[in-house]
Amino acid sequence: MTASAAEPQRTLAPPERRVAEVRGVRRLGAYDLLTARDPVGPPGPRPGQFYMLAAGDRWGGGAGERPFLPRAFSHASARPHPGGGVELDFLLEDVGPGTHRLGELQPGEALMLLGPLGAGFRSPAPGTRPLLVGGGIGVAPLLCLHQERRGDAQVLVGFRSHGHAAAAELFGPGARVVTEDGSVGTLGLVTEPLGAELDADPAATVFACGPPAMLEAVRFMCAQRGIECQLALESGMACGFGACFGCVVETVDGYRRVCVDGPVFAANQLERVP
Amino acid sequence: MDLCGVELEGPVLNASGTFDAIAARRAFGDALLERFPFHAFVSKTVTLAAREGNPPPRLWEAPAGMINSIGLPNKGLAGFLSNDLPELAGLPVPLIVSVMGFDHSELAALVEGVGAREEVAMLELNVSCPNVETGVLVGADPLETSAAVAAVRDRTSKPLLVKLSPSSVDPGAVALAAQEAGADGVSLINTLKGTALHPQTRRPWLGAGSGGLSGPAVRAVALEQVRSVADRVAVPIVGMGGIASGQDAADFMAAGAHAVAVGTESFRDPAAGARIAAELAALEGAGRAHPPQAVR
Repeated sequence: MTASAAEPQRTLAPPERRVAEVRGVRRLGAYDLLTARDPVGPPGPRPGQFYMLAAGDRWGGGAGERPFLPRAFSHASARPHPGGGVELDFLLEDVGPGTHRLGELQPGEALMLLGPLGAGFRSPAPGTRPLLVGGGIGVAPLLCLHQERRGDAQVLVGFRSHGHAAAAELFGPGARVVTEDGSVGTLGLVTEPLGAELDADPAATVFACGPPAMLEAVRFMCAQRGIECQLALESGMACGFGACFGCVVETVDGYRRVCVDGPVFAANQLERVP
Repeated sequence: MDLCGVELEGPVLNASGTFDAIAARRAFGDALLERFPFHAFVSKTVTLAAREGNPPPRLWEAPAGMINSIGLPNKGLAGFLSNDLPELAGLPVPLIVSVMGFDHSELAALVEGVGAREEVAMLELNVSCPNVETGVLVGADPLETSAAVAAVRDRTSKPLLVKLSPSSVDPGAVALAAQEAGADGVSLINTLKGTALHPQTRRPWLGAGSGGLSGPAVRAVALEQVRSVADRVAVPIVGMGGIASGQDAADFMAAGAHAVAVGTESFRDPAAGARIAAELAALEGAGRAHPPQAVR
């Protein structure tokens, strides 16, 4: 095989699943923040890349005799570990047997991990202002992008409720928060303040991750205004490295795999977010 | 070891359609080639015309396994030969190309086009498709399978594996028909037909309505089919179906397989093939894996 050009938004993964050590699980309102040390993984995963996670023990045998497949999570932050490897944070919400089991992990237990995988966010064009738009658990890949940008990005995050909005604290005091029940920040959806932001600053580049309906609204609003936008998509996937062809999304070029061609897509690659 | 006249460094292959070496190289870089997990690489199935595959959703997690309805997306014969084959030729192991034709003339064109390329060590005929005239699943029927193999046998001098369908009432009879028509080996099992319903709407979850079940959930079925086929044919058998450990692989060898293939387990860990090969070698070294002829 011929050597391929390195893609800047893609840090290569070791070609095997490995054991990471759980360092802690911190309750964050409706979420858990799982911290694990990956002893041999690359120290610089790109924001928007992801890892396939499974518990080292008791992965299976839950409700419906699941989970069986690993689960895909973008890291919320990554820090090189002084002893080698990397320390990773993952934002979890208990929505099924896989996320439930991951949330049960205790410090010292084994987390099986493969990654970093996929293509992350591309750097914004010079002279544009990054605007990060997150919904719910989709704020995770935006957090490490926010950290990488050292505060020059504007942050707009939306949550269902007070419990979910606890994740906004990860972004510090500068983040603008909206909630669907009005319990924290402004009442409403992130797309409401987003419109005013985009109208005020046509030089913005939007980086978005969240539920499909939110992403479709963000895509549409940016397309109407001709504003560059990158969307981090989510899909159920079996493998995470292009083997199963299960995670495809329809793009202007036909079906593309979220795991290897994404998860970050330029918004103009999609006619709509499914 | 020898598989149908092709020299392999060991008996662990990938199941067709469960590993995309080109995509995996984008994710893992050259380390994939340095630690390639299989002793031979089996391509995704190539069809004559390009296919987009089935509409999503394409996956469902099942107890100890999964259901997929991928729909054989591929670039078609011409796209495969010009785009994929040069990349796959750089893999450090022999290349087996899987082909499926929707009639005999398509199948013949595929076997001739792929078989003519020196980068290809062996071909696998995926016969898990219906005869477009009769509607009969080719791989479920001895006569259909025999006719398909006979239609392509003289189109290549390369070894031909026939990938058997588990949907036959008598897999041994289909395997025997393949052997008599000139197959150099048989591989089994393909996925078992399955479906899943949306938990709220109770309508089919998968975009294509139904799919194929794989993983440890099918292992006992696969082991029995390998055993029954081994009773009927003399050609080598590539056994697969839920293999997740060296112990599983040793079971398939004991049941009559000459080589094994890993599929769904590679989704959980891309290095699963290498782990299973190492575990199998350790069992063989300890004398606990039976040679193929020892147990029936």
